Amino acid sequence: MIKTDVLVIGAGPVGIFVVQQLGLIGLKAEVVDNLDKIGGQCIELYPDKPIYDIPALPECTGESLTKNLLTQIKPFKTNFHLDQRVEEISKEKNIWKITTSKKNIFLAPNIIIAAGVGSFEPRKLQVEGAEKFENNGIYYSIKDKTAFKNKKISIFGGGDSALDWAIELSKFASVTLIHRRNEFRGAEHSAEIAKKLEKEGKLKIKTPFQITSIEGEDKINAITIKSEDGKIEKVPTDCILGFFGLIMKLGPILEWGLNLDKKTIPVNTENFQTNKEGVFAIGDICSYPGKLKLILSGFHEGALAARACFKLARPNEKYRFEFTTTSKTLQGRLGLKKK
Amino acid sequence: MPKITYIEHSGKSHSIEVENGLTVMEGAVQNDIPGIDADCGGACACATCHVYVDAKWINKLPKIDSAEEDMLDMAHEPNKFSRLTCQITVTDKLNGLVVKMPSKQG
Repeated sequence: MIKTDVLVIGAGPVGIFVVQQLGLIGLKAEVVDNLDKIGGQCIELYPDKPIYDIPALPECTGESLTKNLLTQIKPFKTNFHLDQRVEEISKEKNIWKITTSKKNIFLAPNIIIAAGVGSFEPRKLQVEGAEKFENNGIYYSIKDKTAFKNKKISIFGGGDSALDWAIELSKFASVTLIHRRNEFRGAEHSAEIAKKLEKEGKLKIKTPFQITSIEGEDKINAITIKSEDGKIEKVPTDCILGFFGLIMKLGPILEWGLNLDKKTIPVNTENFQTNKEGVFAIGDICSYPGKLKLILSGFHEGALAARACFKLARPNEKYRFEFTTTSKTLQGRLGLKKK
Repeated sequence: MPKITYIEHSGKSHSIEVENGLTVMEGAVQNDIPGIDADCGGACACATCHVYVDAKWINKLPKIDSAEEDMLDMAHEPNKFSRLTCQITVTDKLNGLVVKMPSKQG
């Protein structure tokens, strides 16, 4: 169990920057994110795409922005709890208890939700029976590849995960790689290896095909795939691996009793608090009249939410507004040596 | 202004005028037409503005580029009529365009 002043949900640019704002006013934060890396959409969706509207940075990329933000919060030695989603929140005597999917528990007077459009989760197969067989024949990630030894495996997808796993598992399993079009978007080199393995009879490739049905009672026996021109084939299958990329989902946030407006959480713009005391929302996930979904707006929202967190985390202390240029206290928190 | 028809998966149809220069996605979002999510805001990075373009129109659109084709792999039930509306800019040539929404986005 970890006690902290603020639990931040979401490690995107806004979630990282609010850690800096909290740190400056002496509050400790822990950050949870469902991705296995820091940066949110900036890293997952557009690490290389240029961004031109971050104040004082004429041009940056999702990746460089994330890197710079991490440098900016270095003095605060923040823990990031990645690859896990916040599942439940409950309140007891002004303290929120936050439980993640990895069963980590946090106790904090404040929660800041900086979750963008929701957490990134694997896109799942949309065919009948897919839910029933999930984790019992259908997998969207691989924890232990030896579990697939000598199995008949159908791998779906056209990106690097699909190609890399098809190549790897073909060493000790019977693999069919199925993709909805003839071109693979993964690394050209990997696609070439896969095609070479196909020629050598070590791997089957079926394109352009999509799944239409799954056969089997307690376990999967076979799948049926269909091409765009209507050709139907049956593929004997023990396991299906789906690598269709990630989608964003609000997930458990919908169950926390927060007011919602479509996919966003309405807030009070004075402090960015939601309808629950001690729960704040900033960045793309919050809404209010005039809201702009810009990173720079998220930074401002975080600055105000941080000050509101101070009141709940330090009820007996008075918050003092200070500038980093002149305040010895703030400079001390930033780890700067006295000149 | 060019008129675009958006047909929800349920069959409900919305015909609206969309200003030249906006994308077909922006036309839907700015007019509160349900069924196009556009989670990433138009960066061709999420595939939640996916539509099926009417067969009569599919070859009249600007050609699909590889970034869009790659992203369509992530869409829900893509087929040969699939496009991402954030990648289609409205011009007078598209007056009368008809697009149909998939059963869901993402």
